[in-house]
Formats: sequence, structure tokens, C-alpha cells
Amino acid sequence: MTSPLEQKKIKIAGPSIVTANRTWDGIVVYRTAAKGWSADLSEAAIVRNSDEAKALLAESTADDVGAVGAYIAPVQVGEDGKILPGNLREQIRRTGVTIGSQAQV
Amino acid sequence: MYAYDEIDRTLVNERVSEFRDQVKRRLSGELTEDEFKILRLQNGVYLQLHAYMFRVAIPYGTLSSEQLRRLAHIARRYDRGYGHFTTRQNIQFNWIKLAELPDALADLAEVGIHAMQTSGNNMRNVTSDQWAGVAPGEIEDPRIWSELLRQHTTLHPEFSFLPRKFKIAITASDHDRAAIKIHDIGLRLVKNEKGETGFEVLVGGGLGRTPFIAKTIKHFVHGRDILSYVEAILRVYNQYGRRDNIYKARIKILVHELGIEKFSREVEEEWQHIRNSSLQIDDGVIEDIRSRFSYPAYEKLPHMPDELRQAAADSDFEAWRKNSVFPHKVQGYSIVTISLKPTGGPPGDATAEQMDALADLAEKYSFGEIRVGHEQNLALPHVAKRDLPALWKALDKLGLATPNVNLITDIIACPGLDYCSLANARSIPIAQELTRRFANHELANLIGRLHINISGCINACGHHHVGHIGILGVEKNGEEVYQITIGGRADENAALGSLIGPGVKFDEVADVIEDVVEAYLALRERPEELFIDTVKRLGVEPFKERVYATR
Repeated sequence: MTSPLEQKKIKIAGPSIVTANRTWDGIVVYRTAAKGWSADLSEAAIVRNSDEAKALLAESTADDVGAVGAYIAPVQVGEDGKILPGNLREQIRRTGVTIGSQAQV
Repeated sequence: MYAYDEIDRTLVNERVSEFRDQVKRRLSGELTEDEFKILRLQNGVYLQLHAYMFRVAIPYGTLSSEQLRRLAHIARRYDRGYGHFTTRQNIQFNWIKLAELPDALADLAEVGIHAMQTSGNNMRNVTSDQWAGVAPGEIEDPRIWSELLRQHTTLHPEFSFLPRKFKIAITASDHDRAAIKIHDIGLRLVKNEKGETGFEVLVGGGLGRTPFIAKTIKHFVHGRDILSYVEAILRVYNQYGRRDNIYKARIKILVHELGIEKFSREVEEEWQHIRNSSLQIDDGVIEDIRSRFSYPAYEKLPHMPDELRQAAADSDFEAWRKNSVFPHKVQGYSIVTISLKPTGGPPGDATAEQMDALADLAEKYSFGEIRVGHEQNLALPHVAKRDLPALWKALDKLGLATPNVNLITDIIACPGLDYCSLANARSIPIAQELTRRFANHELANLIGRLHINISGCINACGHHHVGHIGILGVEKNGEEVYQITIGGRADENAALGSLIGPGVKFDEVADVIEDVVEAYLALRERPEELFIDTVKRLGVEPFKERVYATR
């Protein structure tokens, strides 16, 4: 769960995506293969090596008006192609806080 | 309460207009995120895990009922119906939309609230004792001096681009409720032998990855010289503070590297250049600020009213009164701390409904005034003792009468990995589990005063270093691991805690804390010996042995 703010070198060990926050409202979004942003993780573009990751991140960062704070995050891809967050941080970003309070909307 | 003058109101309104234009340009793409980031940070807007987070200043922790209602409105209209009170007398909203932020700021400006000095590398919101102006034995109301510093530092160009953020806290009581020793500058109001008001000045405190307790740099600075002296410190910091390494940029590192003597000499030399300048404050300025604070017209009331005597038969009321009600400087009145730490709840959260209802109760029972403390609780500072039973019943209905102030479940916790983009581990669920484990009030009372502080990363927003028990969440091989310290404290005898052993996993933390508490109950000499005193007497080893013997 090392903060992606501390991400210095782009080196991925498995399937990854690029995620960010949408600029106008801040919600969590994922970079799609169609060079857009989606709030649905299943629509995220998957990269599998560092060169692909670098390229996807560069393209995402260039879309500064659409989303902010883009970074590479690990995911798990099931045999059925379903994409799941690759760590707790991304799971919390996708499904909400774990504190079971009024924050869950 | 402090009443803003025309200059303040103009400044706050102009800031709203300015930010509205900046947001508009950001959303149109005219400003890049890199260009915009510093501007949004100057208005309390962070980007967190789920959304933008909006941090609003509550200078020296004082709010009116009208202001608290407006915060409730912000929670309801622009966010998800609740706010989170922080360890620096601010409130945070976690889900706010950038496009709506200018409207939110405009709504706040109508009641004299803003978000300046809540983020960025500038002088942050000056904090103070939440009992300021009402604590018995206080030298004088420290908020007057806090307000002086607020006015001097707000938008001050020399303090707007410091090497790193800069925090000042002020207290005027022997017992430090403002945690001044863990601030960049800590100010303690004192009187000299002539009876003049001044300050003991401490410098270089701070937590984070390199924690230090502040050191006294000068035992007495006359009140009229405090602006020039603080400015001299900031000038030395601005000149020598490191800007090449964010982790070494706080003044605590500079003080540590130069040594307090050399740092003190530098400040003294700088001070001589500016102390007899326009920074010298004449009494009229202080009196003007003092006159803008309104104080209640207290009634002459008995020390022990009948209402209170009768209510003492109710054990639930008595449990609350003993934990939440504190002496007031005026006979017949009390200070009431309102716990925002219900069993199973996130520390420091209040719903919009609770804020609205509390604003009403403050109007009815506390001259329309509410205070915010760094412990993430609220307080009503002027409650007539005769009203305590009625207030308790009303608070209980709102879920705001948990009788746990200063007990083991009165936990300070940062937002942690549930909200924060810097966090490595969760804090709030740990706090929630601990409040469930120690929900039995008799057990909590048996344990006595014990402060638990939890941080979800080394930045230490939960002040874990100075918790009697400190819990620090880190990440190890992709898992949350928690390091436990004991023996820290944030008061006038501030100290950093010591590690008791290897880190433990998320689902083991509450068990370990139970073991630490069991060890304390077995080791203390008598029931009155507080946890912190037992640790001081025995050191870490006996705790370590008992807690880790079977692990």
C-alpha cells in the first residue's frame, strides 16, 4: 500500500491500470483503452509490462483537464476477464471506506 | 466570540471571488493541475483517495452557533452529511466537488469562515486551548494573541512560501491542552516579575518521520514584542530552512542541526534589527482585538444548584458528569466536553444533524458558543451547572453523551487509508475496534486516564508519538502492520513514546492493546497511578515482557 505519491520508478510486476480522480468532482476514475476515463474498473485498459505502463501513464497525464493525480495501480484479472483491485488501497478507492459508517453512500 | 471587522470580511469575500475564477480557469483547462495545485492548497483543497477533501479553519477552535450551523449546511449541501474534526482545530469534508467549492466557500464567508492557512507551505491556522477564556487560573485569554498572530500572518507574503508548513499553538494555562511542545512554535503566556504579560517561546517541536519535542528558546518575550520575535524566528527559518528535501524542511530539523544555542543566537541577531520597528505592538492594538471578543454576561449562580444535587442520584448522569464536566473560572458554570468518540464510531466525526442540534444546544445553554479541541472533541464553554442535567439528556438523545472523555476510548485517530492518499494503513477501524473492546464504562474507569493515538502513516497526523499508547500503521510486503509505542504524552511534560516490540497485523492490534492494559493493571502500584506514570516508573521492559511473552 505504499502511496503512489512515492512512486518513483515505473516497474510493474503484473497486470496494472492507470487510475486518477476526475477533475470537476474528484471521483475515482480509470483510464480506458479508448483514451477516456471511466468510473467503472471493468472498463480500464490493462497494461502488462513497464513500457506499456509508461505509455498509458504519459497519455493519461496529458489529459490534465479530464482527471488529476494519475498513477499506475496493480489489478488482478480473473480467468473470466474480471478486473479486481490489486491491493487494499485500490479496493478502498473502488468500494468505499471500510468503517461502515455514514460515509458509505 | 470574535467579531470580524470590515477588513476581515472584505478579505474573505475577495478570496472567494479569486478562487471562483481560479476554479473556472482550471475546469476550462486554462490552468494546468500543476499551476492550480498551489492555489487550491491555499484554499484548503486537497486531493484524497476518493475525492477532493476540503479543510476549513476554525481559528483557535472557537465557533458560534451560526457558524456551526453553516458547517452542517456544507456537510449536507455539498458533501455526504458529515464532517470530520481534526487534531488542529479544523474541520474536513471528504467528498466535495471542485466545481462546487467556490459556492461552498461563499456560503462559509457569509458567517466569517474560510479555508485560508489550512494547507500549503505557509503559516497554518493558529491553534489554542479549547478552554481559552474560561479555564480557571489562566493568565489571560490566549485567543487575543492567537487572533493577533492570525491577522499578522494571513496572506503575509514572507510567510506564504516557507520551506514547509508552519504551525503555532498558544496556551495560557499551566496544564497544556494545546500541545504546544509538538508545534513549530509553542507559546506559553506567562507573567514576569513586574506582572507584565509575555511569552515563554518554544521552537522546533513536531512529529512526522523525525519527531522532536520543542525547546525553550526564550523564557520571556514581552507581549509587545511577540510579533517581531516570531517574525525573527520565521526569518531565520526562511533563510536557512532546507528547500531541497521535503523530509528535512521543517524548522525542527534546522533547530536540531544548528543546535538550540546557535539557532537562538541567529534569532536574537535578527530580532535586534526588527524589534523596535512597526512590529512592536502598542496596547491599543491588543485592546482593540480584546474588544472584538464578546464575553458572556454571566449570572451570579450557586456553586451547587438544586438541579445538580437532584440529578446526582442518576448513575448514568453522574458517569457522564464525572468524565465530561470541568471547572469553570466563574462560580456556578462549567465547561462541558462533548465526546465525538461513540462506541464503534469514527473519532472526530459529526453528522450535519448533530452539528445543527449542537448549535441549538449551544444557544440554549452556552451563550451560542462552541469550542473545538485538538483531541477531536467539541466543548460548550459556558454551561450553568443548573442546566447540566437537561443538557446531558439532550446530548444523550443525539448520541453525544458517551462518558469517555480522557479515557481509553477517547481515541485520537487520523483518517488513515480509508480516506488519505498519503496513508499506508487504516486508522479508524483500529479505533472503532478498540472502542468496542473497552466499551464497558466500569472497565474504562478502572483503567483511568489513558490516551491512545493512531496514525496511518509516518506523517503522524494522529500524533501517535505522543499518545500514552501510540499506534502507527505502516506497510510491509503489501500488508498493514502496526507498531505500538507507550509512554508518550502531549501535555506540559511532553515526551515521545518508546516502541514495545515488533509490529503486529491489523487484526492483532486490539489484542495487543488489551495485553498492554492488562499489564498496566497488574503493574500499577495503586489505582490512582495513571498508565503514563506506571510507564514512567517502570520503563518499557515490563510491558514488553508481558505483551510479547506469548507471541
